[in-house]
Amino acid sequence: MSAGIVSYGAYVPRYRIKVDEIARVWGDDANSLKSGLMVHEKSVPDFDEDTATIAVEAARYAVKRSGINAQRIGAVYTGSESHPYAVKPTSTIVAEAVEATPVMTAADYEFACKAGTAAIQTCMGLVQSGMIDLGLAIGADVAQGAPGDALEYTAAAGGVAFIIGSKETEFLAVIEDTYSFTTDTPDFWRREGMPYPEHGGRFTGEPGYFKHVTHAAKGLMAKMGTKPGDYDYAVFHQPNGKFPSRAASILGFTKEQIKPGLVVPKLGNTYSGSCMMGIAATLDQAKPGDRIFATAFGSGAGGDAFSFTVTDKIEEIRNKAPTVMELLADPIYVDYATYAKHKGKIRLA
Amino acid sequence: MITMSVPRFWRKQVARYNLIGTHCTNCKTYYYPPRNMCPKCRRDGKLENFKFSGKGEILTYTVIHTAAEGFEKQTPYVLGIVKLEEGPSLTSQIVADPEDMKIGMKVRPVFRKLGESSEKGMIYYGTKFVPE
Repeated sequence: MSAGIVSYGAYVPRYRIKVDEIARVWGDDANSLKSGLMVHEKSVPDFDEDTATIAVEAARYAVKRSGINAQRIGAVYTGSESHPYAVKPTSTIVAEAVEATPVMTAADYEFACKAGTAAIQTCMGLVQSGMIDLGLAIGADVAQGAPGDALEYTAAAGGVAFIIGSKETEFLAVIEDTYSFTTDTPDFWRREGMPYPEHGGRFTGEPGYFKHVTHAAKGLMAKMGTKPGDYDYAVFHQPNGKFPSRAASILGFTKEQIKPGLVVPKLGNTYSGSCMMGIAATLDQAKPGDRIFATAFGSGAGGDAFSFTVTDKIEEIRNKAPTVMELLADPIYVDYATYAKHKGKIRLA
Repeated sequence: MITMSVPRFWRKQVARYNLIGTHCTNCKTYYYPPRNMCPKCRRDGKLENFKFSGKGEILTYTVIHTAAEGFEKQTPYVLGIVKLEEGPSLTSQIVADPEDMKIGMKVRPVFRKLGESSEKGMIYYGTKFVPE
């Protein structure tokens, strides 16, 4: 039995802060940051938005796009590194809000930036084994970067939901295969009770991102007997614009292949939503028959690679929910003080 | 800060998340929040659960500058009375710039945090409205 994407939905908060504004506060060189990171602005959540509200909005768009009966959803998994509760699932909030409850299973995932794709893989197994009819896999975050830390220039907010099924007539894209590469690599972490993550600086590059992304990607292509030229599009986890561009070049993918999915310059890094946002933006413009290659990365560390083929169904349902480009349009720019207030960086007595 | 007890919020949670009210099939009136009895038909009423589309318009609104405890960080913010297209009206926070507010403007629902009981207490989620 095969597994496929039955629907997808994305959500991005309306607010943005420019890299220039953050650099102004910390006395950094905005131009060198923008050209180094290939990020110009990032999304900022509203006062009343968190990972749960973002996950719900993305999941509702996914249900709306396909028009499926949410009672068919047998599992909800939400991947995030910023779940609002340390103990109490985000996934139950989402499941109740999309009316998938009560005959279903749910749990929250955490694997830095790839918890959302881990949720996709879990749903693939459950639908292919026949345990459930449809699975809802979400990656959503209101990512935290400590004031003045390099992460602050990119840590953004957003989420993406995929509905995974096994009925081929419902697929908008077939998931041809997946392959993961995982090791214990301490490139990034956040201890219990700590508000901001710590990272290993440049250690996050070669031994973290590039090792796991390239091994997962090469592993999947070797397993399937495919090569970069077989794909119309490619998406790599995008903590900034530089990393996925370099990963694509190392693996032999072109700039044109990664262009539709490279949403990080105007969005920032949505962590668990990052790679899935790139896949969503690619699906927004892919044609039936197109093949998409994607590799997510999560610090800690692992890479999840996927190979998709888009079906005729995409044309039928694509415009029934907002596209990623529509979600990125019409932003409201805020200054650093407002951003700090929105993110709770200023603690009121 | 919301001082409502956890069980009290939880009992109406589904109605708050998904705008589920009631519809009397006898007199065809829609109610939000949900009713246990139709106040018009009394014992002749036949109530069923009804999920509102969430589309509505602003009947009236006010801009809060001096907020209740827990909402101080959000001022100035808008509280409005939204008339749903099926008939009933409800009070809700409107996620919009006060300058952009107009009576009669069309709104749609969004899922947001309504508040929390404290830093270590429950977080309450539900429906707010944004301009269409």
